[in-house]
Amino acid sequence: MHLVRTLLLSWAPRYSLLLLVALFTTFPFLWTLSTALGDAGNIYAFPPQLWPEAPTLRHIEEARQSIPLDRFFWNSVLISGATVAGTLVLASLAGYALSVLRFRGQRLVFLAVLATLILPSELNIIVNFITLTMLKLTNSHTGVVLPLLANAFGIFLLKQAFDEIPAEIFDAARIDGASEWQLFWRVALPLAGPALAALAIFTLVATWNAYIWPAVVLQSPDQYPLAVGVLYLSGTFAAKTRVIAAGTVLTILPVLILFLLAQRYFMRGLDGAVK
Amino acid sequence: MSKPTFKLNPSRHHSWRDDARAWLFLAPALLVLLLFAFWPVGLGAMLAFTEVNIFDLTASRWVGLANFQALWDDPTFIASVVNTLLYLLVVPVIQLAALALAVLVNAQLPAMKLFRTAFFVPVVTSVSVVGIMWGWMYNEDGMLNQLLAWLRLIDAPIGWLSDERIALFSVMFVTFWRGLGYYMVLYIAGLQALPQEVEEAAMLDGANRWQRFWRITVPMLRPTLLLCTLLSTLAAMKAFEEVVVMTGGGPIGSTYTLAFYAYDQGFRAFDFSRALAASAVVSLIGFVLAWINFRFFRTEGR
Repeated sequence: MHLVRTLLLSWAPRYSLLLLVALFTTFPFLWTLSTALGDAGNIYAFPPQLWPEAPTLRHIEEARQSIPLDRFFWNSVLISGATVAGTLVLASLAGYALSVLRFRGQRLVFLAVLATLILPSELNIIVNFITLTMLKLTNSHTGVVLPLLANAFGIFLLKQAFDEIPAEIFDAARIDGASEWQLFWRVALPLAGPALAALAIFTLVATWNAYIWPAVVLQSPDQYPLAVGVLYLSGTFAAKTRVIAAGTVLTILPVLILFLLAQRYFMRGLDGAVK
Repeated sequence: MSKPTFKLNPSRHHSWRDDARAWLFLAPALLVLLLFAFWPVGLGAMLAFTEVNIFDLTASRWVGLANFQALWDDPTFIASVVNTLLYLLVVPVIQLAALALAVLVNAQLPAMKLFRTAFFVPVVTSVSVVGIMWGWMYNEDGMLNQLLAWLRLIDAPIGWLSDERIALFSVMFVTFWRGLGYYMVLYIAGLQALPQEVEEAAMLDGANRWQRFWRITVPMLRPTLLLCTLLSTLAAMKAFEEVVVMTGGGPIGSTYTLAFYAYDQGFRAFDFSRALAASAVVSLIGFVLAWINFRFFRTEGR
């Protein structure tokens, strides 16, 4: 009994503080969710209702009918899917060359890749838009995806992962007569699984949520991903708060679920970026 | 960031075939990097000195420092510089809060993982969604005003995004909200990499929790502290997404930041010359800040 009391006394302040901060970080989302699902009462009622009165899916349905939310969703899937796939392919090939292979100019290439992490890139958004204009790739998903594939962070992450694989494993496979491609495909990639997963989730979340770059490249609304389309919704239906809230919830939900399922890899990816 | 490592194997010679194969592996990534990462920095720096013709770059006309002169003469640009300096106030606040939070959730107590997840939710939310949600929070009838009125702290609702004396700080607060969980995770990683023995020894010597934190944990955490401070300084330097989705620079231009100014000149006013000149200024300051920090890192570690 004494132990329980001491624990409660020392834990109580810590937990109250943490609860308060958790409410602060999640409140806007919880409140939006309640607004999207609720059908009765003033949305600005105080104290706020985090559990909606008369819950309904009506507003979600209305949001889907008012604007092409399904279309936006598939655009998001397409853009994020292509970016993730492209990033994994490019980063793992380059990371393999920088870690496992030996060639003249290796050090230089590696430093050049690292330099893109350090060099100021604020000029990129404007010049990349100009480049896409010249390549006639504006207003296309290809135009959105292509510059995103220049991901030095991914190359660095996978090079580090391949570095962790003992050289003996590669040597043994070489003696068995494996080609370089087989080494890459059958040995290196499977062993770098966790790093690949981390990079995939990292890239997916970033691309799914990207707003500025797709908004700059895409001009026609039927090309918009959700993150851009949802603001288009709020501009068009400013008065229908619950419908906008519904669109907002539909935008966040997929990535939130993914994050909850895969946060172990996500956090590890962040760790990898620090170390 | 660890030092670049190379497993050199002297028994294998570089043959042209080895080289060719390696370049084949590298080609896709290098091509994209060249076109969308290296080229823009060089070209952008050059175009900042021209009157840009975005459909035919060869028709761009060299104008020397005229674009920069135009920036200097534009009161909005000067205001953007001032606002960006103000924006740096986010850095110490967010770092202290994130570190405190990391220490709090790093304990082996029940439900800590749940809390970490809750703190990370804003990090994985799109800025457009953030803009919508905080637009409601900051509304005249919104939650924030209601809460303050309920606590009897205000008599009349505050125009968080419509009062030009307050709007920039409201936007900064959202940056704080968005970034807190991110730096918290980095600090947790840093804390978990610390050797336990030192702190245990200090505990035996009778140092209290507060002393152990300031005298032992913080000094040992220095590399992580520096990295996080650099990251958040650079982020504050280039902050503009929040401005785009919440205020669009208003009211009366009071929330212009440097990076927003560049974005606004390029994609709303279609003055790419001035946008590139402004971006070059941001880049230059960012580069100097990064360089200073790297010097710091080097003299410290190892």
